[in-house]
Amino acid sequence: MSATTAPGAGAAGEYGDVKTDPVSNWADERLGIYKGSKNLIRKVFPDHWSFLLGEIALFSFILILLSGVFLTLWFNPSMGEVEYHGSYLPLDGVSMSQAYASTLNISFDVRAGLLMRQVHHWAALIFLMAIMVHMLRIFFTGAFRKPREINWLIGFTLMVLGLLEGFAGYSLPDDLLSGTGLRIASGVILSIPIVGTYVSYFLFGGNFPGHDFIPRLFTIHVLLIPALIVGLVTAHLILVFVQKHTQWAGPGKTNDNVVGLPLLPVYTAKAGGFMFVIFGVVFLLAGLVQINPIWAYGPYTPDQISAGSQPDWYIGFLEGSLRMMPNWEWNIWGHTLSFNVLIPSLVVPGILFTALAVWPFLEQWITGDKREHHILDRPRNRPSRTAIGVGGITFYGVLWLAGGNDLIATHFHLSVEALTWTFRVLIFLGPALAYWCTKRIALGLQRRDKDKVLHGRETGIIKVSLEGEFTEVHEPLSAGERYRLTAHEVQKPLELGPATDENGVERPGNRALKLRAKASKAMFSDHVETTVEEYKEIEAGHGHH
Amino acid sequence: MTDRDMETDHLPENTGGAGHGAVTTVAEDPFQDPGLPAHRPRVTDLDPRAAKRAERQVALLFMIAVVGVIGSMVCYTFVPNTKVHRFTGLGTVNMNNLALGLCLGFAFLALGCGAIHWARTLMTDVDLVQERHPMKSDPESTAFAVSEFKQGVADSGFTKYPLIRRSLLTAMMVLPLPAVWLLRDLGPMPKDALRHTLWAPGMKLVNPNTGQPLRVSDVTVGTLALANPANLNDDPDERIDNLAKAAVLVVRLPQEALKGSEAQKKKQWDWSVDGVMAFSKICTHVGCPVALYEQQTHHMLCPCHQSTFDLSDDGKVIFGPAARSLPQLPITVDADGNLVAVSDFREPVGPSFWERG
Repeated sequence: MSATTAPGAGAAGEYGDVKTDPVSNWADERLGIYKGSKNLIRKVFPDHWSFLLGEIALFSFILILLSGVFLTLWFNPSMGEVEYHGSYLPLDGVSMSQAYASTLNISFDVRAGLLMRQVHHWAALIFLMAIMVHMLRIFFTGAFRKPREINWLIGFTLMVLGLLEGFAGYSLPDDLLSGTGLRIASGVILSIPIVGTYVSYFLFGGNFPGHDFIPRLFTIHVLLIPALIVGLVTAHLILVFVQKHTQWAGPGKTNDNVVGLPLLPVYTAKAGGFMFVIFGVVFLLAGLVQINPIWAYGPYTPDQISAGSQPDWYIGFLEGSLRMMPNWEWNIWGHTLSFNVLIPSLVVPGILFTALAVWPFLEQWITGDKREHHILDRPRNRPSRTAIGVGGITFYGVLWLAGGNDLIATHFHLSVEALTWTFRVLIFLGPALAYWCTKRIALGLQRRDKDKVLHGRETGIIKVSLEGEFTEVHEPLSAGERYRLTAHEVQKPLELGPATDENGVERPGNRALKLRAKASKAMFSDHVETTVEEYKEIEAGHGHH
Repeated sequence: MTDRDMETDHLPENTGGAGHGAVTTVAEDPFQDPGLPAHRPRVTDLDPRAAKRAERQVALLFMIAVVGVIGSMVCYTFVPNTKVHRFTGLGTVNMNNLALGLCLGFAFLALGCGAIHWARTLMTDVDLVQERHPMKSDPESTAFAVSEFKQGVADSGFTKYPLIRRSLLTAMMVLPLPAVWLLRDLGPMPKDALRHTLWAPGMKLVNPNTGQPLRVSDVTVGTLALANPANLNDDPDERIDNLAKAAVLVVRLPQEALKGSEAQKKKQWDWSVDGVMAFSKICTHVGCPVALYEQQTHHMLCPCHQSTFDLSDDGKVIFGPAARSLPQLPITVDADGNLVAVSDFREPVGPSFWERG
């Protein structure tokens, strides 16, 4: 019995009248590909530029994986000391770790080595930038709402893993700059109460820097964290498929449907093409713009440093946090509590990240909204959330700027002390001011929308009446546009009835409810509503002109 | 929380209802969803020549990708890795890197643009509509799953045999412990290693670059000298670890420049040799080497987080996040006139830690 005539194997007859090819049939009989893919092939994806941000993260991650594999072929993660005798003559004869020497080797002696190093580094910077902007998009449009809270948490975890992974990779070449970063990290670990010293000794295998850390970090960087990221990215994407993508409000788009273009062919071509565009941009950057020239920094040694030391951009907020903190330290009962290190490097990011992670649940608790949401919010229509988000960005931005206070000082001839004090004030004032301004702007934009709905679009055509009065002609909006601008719900503050019933018995859970009402009042007291009645009244009025 | 908390009666779909019959220009609900707009054809949908042109453009972009990919391999082979060139705006550039980056960059860009152009001009742009279904399971599935699960639990006897249940839970609780326990050999116990450096009575201060012992005459007012303990290289394996704690900087201050209490001034002067004094180079904040010396004011600045120490005031912090003074190393001169340590540092150097006290 030969394989080609075996019953079942590739026999088109089994598939009825549908013409199928033998290879697909072979796969189907083993994997069930037809039933598995029948709803996927033409799956619809809504289209909007802001939905591409996550894709940028995904595609730069693919590039990071590929270029990273290339780099492992030559990188030697060892802290053993060697004397360098490679192509880079300025460091000839200098004693350095094998990690640093092999990075020089990749940069100068391996063809395409420098390109891959720069691809790896640029893609990593873009990866983190894309993750964060993507996260902001999700936040400001309310795409984290039910049923997507779990995917928000997965994405949040990916962001944290990305930060750790970036810092780990940045530290591997053991150059002066990255070694200084590790020195700071070791100082931060030492500040942890009770266990800090032990954690530091176990991580570094003894005194800083020791001989163990880079090999250990290498395994974490190339195996542990990438495996976690790949796993979580897979879960992230599966959830996007299962829960279907959110979409903007618009004619024909409801909370119960998805409107867009099919996976095969349009979305495949667009997303695949976009992947290569990202690849292209990263390769052009890697070819044209130098990044992390470790040879210029020299090998790490704990007694040297260069002025103007800066971490990669995504660590900048921690750096700034450390820089602006006042020098508080307690000494009690023979123990040292270094608030000057503990608060800026662990407490502040801890609070920032926790707030980010729990936001969907917090917001849901305040609104009491347990329904599924698939239509995105326009940021203006959620003024308080948007204002909180911009406040958060401002907080992060002040930390980030403070991380470059020395460079700002030297570039603009300012005193670094005055700058640091400015940041210390701004870190409190900035977010509050940003919150207030954003909320006012968002409400203003809502009023503008209301105006457009009720009175129509300004045409720019000026009419002169017989009496000599100048008026601008307003054109009524199309039904679709009117729908788009009014489709959102107006959230109103939670109204609490009397706290006690007629028998004087207090309502159960009264305190939590009061807190909720307070939060709800703060968030939703100011709102703009456009009602059908207002519209009809104005329409009716127009008739009388 | 119940649904009564949710405001739903203001929703657009609920606000329709009976309108004013008199107003005929307005639909019953002026805010209602008019439905998906009609598809507007593109030029390539209407004009076969435009479609043909788009086809050629896509093919051209794909061919550019082929050229770029082949070009990258040619450049890899023929552009030497050692050749550098200076371009305005780009700086000194490795030509092999530049050629590879340009070839592959444009190849990828062309491939990507080709695919997107194809999708935008020639593939369908008619919106499809698919239903969404609530994530929540339907009642039958729920009932079936729950009964299956209950059957499974019942079959296991998990609830029937409390002894098994409890001992299993106990086993699961202790199971993760080895994951921590087995990591014990990651490093030694800290003991008092953070309190000690290589400095010891009579240890010479040597110039890190020349390896020569430092003498009083080598340090004048306004200069900043660095020094390592003479035995730093004795144990090459531990050299960097030792250096991370023992690095000192040496400056000379005139006695009248000293500030602070009489006792502090006396201590600072006594620990110096004619005003030549040694301070730890390791910042007491998070351990960067302090490096920027202001000759006139005798301020030392750490470039990492801008902690500023006043060496004329016993290394006191005058600005920045560091909380502790830079520790001073007591020094003297030996019989040959070389600077030597009187003892180790009298307090731990570098960042604070819990046991420091």
